Amino acid sequence: MTMLAMTTDLPIAFEHVGVVAGGVSILSDVTLRFHAGAPTILIGPNGSGKTTLLRVAMGLLQPSNGRITWGGQERVAPQRRAIVFQRPAMLRRTAAANIEYALASVDVSRDIWKQRTAELLAMVGLSGFGERPARKLSGGEQQRLALARALARNPEVLFLDEPTAALDPYSTKAIEDVLVAIAAKNIKIVMSTHDLGEARRLAGDIVFLNHGRIAETGAAADFFNAPKTSDGQRFIAGELLI
Amino acid sequence: MSNLVAAFDLIRTFDAGLFQIIGLSLFVSLSAVAWAALIGVPLGALIALNTFPGRTFTIVVINALMGLPPVVAGLVVYLTLSRSGPLGSWGLLFTPTAMIIVQTLLVTPIIAALTRQTIEDAWIEYRDELTAMNIGVAARAATLIWDCRFSLMTALLAGFGRAAAEVGAIIIVGGNIDGFTRTMTTTIALETSKGDLPRAIALGLVLVGIIIVVNALAWSTQRFGARFSGA
Repeated sequence: MTMLAMTTDLPIAFEHVGVVAGGVSILSDVTLRFHAGAPTILIGPNGSGKTTLLRVAMGLLQPSNGRITWGGQERVAPQRRAIVFQRPAMLRRTAAANIEYALASVDVSRDIWKQRTAELLAMVGLSGFGERPARKLSGGEQQRLALARALARNPEVLFLDEPTAALDPYSTKAIEDVLVAIAAKNIKIVMSTHDLGEARRLAGDIVFLNHGRIAETGAAADFFNAPKTSDGQRFIAGELLI
Repeated sequence: MSNLVAAFDLIRTFDAGLFQIIGLSLFVSLSAVAWAALIGVPLGALIALNTFPGRTFTIVVINALMGLPPVVAGLVVYLTLSRSGPLGSWGLLFTPTAMIIVQTLLVTPIIAALTRQTIEDAWIEYRDELTAMNIGVAARAATLIWDCRFSLMTALLAGFGRAAAEVGAIIIVGGNIDGFTRTMTTTIALETSKGDLPRAIALGLVLVGIIIVVNALAWSTQRFGARFSGA
């Protein structure tokens, strides 16, 4: 699949990254690395900076200070990383055409579009939905289609911004099953969620954010069994962090 | 009443003179819309997708030009194409080409302004996705134009409505020459002043019919777009 396979975006390294917007600090002094391996889950209350961190990691937002590198390089075009937004925008085309658009964006040969599209639709449980207008699908179906579209770019790293936030348990399970399958294919998943249960089910590592700062990081089992910070303990206990 | 009956007779019998006028009118207006689309759609997309000094001023000017008085546009083109004008040597004055030029001038701002608004709204929605997919500027514009094609078709039909109903500009640059530059609207004006009402009424009926068809097409296009693509 072209020259893209020869490059790598991992590790993604944040060095004292800060984001200020309209005079308000959204992220402060974030230093962390995303390595290949098990999914990294970003958790934290609303406004803690999860979405902003994902956008910076994807390269959609420039840090106000600090630096970020992908595979040791700065300013790398998003060719080997993909993102699924909380409310993905569907192109005004069929579900299949949405995936084909993503395939074209990474120069996949047109000869295999049909086959690859069918595989991806099947992977996310949308076989038979290919000819439906994407924007007419339900929220859960659109989210799964967005996931398939992101995977069409053959990413090395997949970012997901609360992909199950507005979904029912059935759709959430469908998404989580796909994510487990993706992780098994050595695609690095970095995902934000509010749902501690989901974080427990999926996470290899946890990044706990609060007030735009990293409050705690570590292996998921360690974090959930013995959080090191009082904020972490309170968050797991379901207390409101204000 | 007799005028109305005579008007219907002209239409029913496919009066050659009448349909020559209708044919020329459609040719001029459709040509103008085609040229205006070629200019206005990329121009609107360019403005929608880029930031540059004077962008707001450009948008205001284009929006203002939507209301450009046809006689003023006609005067400008007349002065440009007249024998003493900068393009006088081209010999285009009082030809259908001059009429197409002036109608293009009138329709382009409508198409550009509606395109700009349509593309800009879609861009707000698509920005993150297309940026995340590393889509280049030209491909972004092509994507948005394609995805907004049903809305943009409405813009083209609005432009056609403006062109087809216009009289002031084409009478100045076309000269209303019988059998050469005489269109539906200029003929209606002329025949009414001469008192030949059946021909004026017949052309008026056809013109209204065309406008109704154009609006029906615009409505259908939007409905089809909503059903086909969720646009």
